[in-house]
Amino acid sequence: MSGGSGRTIKVDTLARVEGEGALYIKMAGDRVADVKLRIYEPPRLFEAFLRGRHFSETPDITARICGICPIAYQMSAVHAIERALGIKIAPEVRLLRRLFYCGEWIESHALHVYMLHAPDFLGYQDVIQMAKDHRPVVEKALRLKKIGNRIVQLLGGREIHPISAAVGGFHKAPTKNQLREIVSDLEWALETSLEAVRWTSKLEFPDFEQDYEFVALRHPEEYPFNEGRLVSNRGLDIDAAEYEERFAEFHVKHSNALQSVIRGRGSYLVGPLARFNLNFDKLPEVAQKAAQEVSLKPPVKNLFRSIVVRAVELVFACAEALRVIGAYEPPAAPRVPAPNRRGVGQAITEAPRGILYHRYAIDENGLIVTAKIVPPTSQNQKRIEDDLREYASHLVAWPLEEATWKCEQAVRCYDPCISCATHFLKVVVERE
Amino acid sequence: MLILGCGNRQRGDDGAGILVAERLRALGIAAGVCAGEPSELLDAWTGADDVIVIDAVVTGAPAGAVHVWDGQRPPAFATSTGSTHGLGLAHAIELARALDCLPARLRLYGIEGKNFEIGSAVSPEVERAVEEVVKRIAADLYTGR
Repeated sequence: MSGGSGRTIKVDTLARVEGEGALYIKMAGDRVADVKLRIYEPPRLFEAFLRGRHFSETPDITARICGICPIAYQMSAVHAIERALGIKIAPEVRLLRRLFYCGEWIESHALHVYMLHAPDFLGYQDVIQMAKDHRPVVEKALRLKKIGNRIVQLLGGREIHPISAAVGGFHKAPTKNQLREIVSDLEWALETSLEAVRWTSKLEFPDFEQDYEFVALRHPEEYPFNEGRLVSNRGLDIDAAEYEERFAEFHVKHSNALQSVIRGRGSYLVGPLARFNLNFDKLPEVAQKAAQEVSLKPPVKNLFRSIVVRAVELVFACAEALRVIGAYEPPAAPRVPAPNRRGVGQAITEAPRGILYHRYAIDENGLIVTAKIVPPTSQNQKRIEDDLREYASHLVAWPLEEATWKCEQAVRCYDPCISCATHFLKVVVERE
Repeated sequence: MLILGCGNRQRGDDGAGILVAERLRALGIAAGVCAGEPSELLDAWTGADDVIVIDAVVTGAPAGAVHVWDGQRPPAFATSTGSTHGLGLAHAIELARALDCLPARLRLYGIEGKNFEIGSAVSPEVERAVEEVVKRIAADLYTGR
């Protein structure tokens, strides 16, 4: 540490479509005096935007909240509304929705593992620098991502902001042949994901373990996407309808995103680590074996290892997509009717970066009275601050510039929706 | 020739590139749309040797200003501003160059935006710029440039 007794780590992020954020850490001597993560969060504005709209518009509107995880927004929305209306979807449609989610996980995890996160471990400023030395790796990432896009396109109608998901099912269901066409690509993707597990496991990880309350969905038979109870490693076990009783959101001055806590307990962690630790036994054999071969066992408490866990989830998503396609029979009707009815419904689904909660109150004309959306990044926000308070205290002896870069890397472990922006950070260093 | 409009119609002037693509389609000219995320652009460019990309940018110029850049020589906005996705586009160009898959000819139309609020309308200056860009691209096509 050079110079005076106090210093400030300040990371001003730039805007991209998915969000904007900034990180501020103040150190006083050997002590971390303050940590603030600022997130500008679009879902809040969308809640107001949804009021007065017919429920059938929600899949299209909510898909536009995020360009990286539109499926997650659509899935939480349709499940919550279906619950409010009391309708049940066909089993074939349920399977198709799992496949839809596989596509999004493949896209999102391929982007994060290879293009956003790997450069940090390999010592590159960004994926462009990395591409010069690791061209085949980046090419694989792009192909993997494209395969995820292809699934989303088949079910969603078009790649960004999918339009086919509907309350009650899909506007249109794919044919068996359409799905069979992507099997060979998916087989390649599965092999590549297995390689990714081995490749990421050999990276060097900082020694940083924390005692987390992990929160994820849990389903009796499946690794979770759309359904299940919300559980934690500290005894939480609730239905989506109880979410707001057990979780509280509060406003902090420095961020326009609300922060979430478990009432009476504090911050918690959602995302790949939480899912893996709480649902390892539900992973298909191929994914379990891949993890075991690189000695990755639950509970994983080092967030830097989330890159390996994401690679294991890539294996899962590819294997699950192949399973669904193998079992697929087109539904008799792509969706069940969804007549107007007054009601309230909540749903939680597993977005690539963690649980996404939606609640809708609908009136007798099918118009939305209130909407509530709690995205994964705001749920992790307090946990990110708690972790950085601890992590930054290990960095007091580091030169400021390196410490700043280390903190930025730490934030990327959570794959926050701001991560698309974090490789474009303008780092401003302030000294007292 | 591949024409691609980038942006997000839900965020005010950010929709400029998409609007250009839609106007071109209405004139019977094939044009694609995308969000502007680098891997998506790289994928779209595969196999194309002559590409036009239209995107909203923030460079400090007055709203509605139209910039034309040669994609082979990255424009200054790539590193100097907080454009919502001029950066995505610049990133895509650099990544394509590193992977040797930059189209032989790449023209960028940047429309200067000022309002990127969610749910807001496109500014009148940007609407006029959209028409101007549509005319310029259509004229280029007809004259074979």
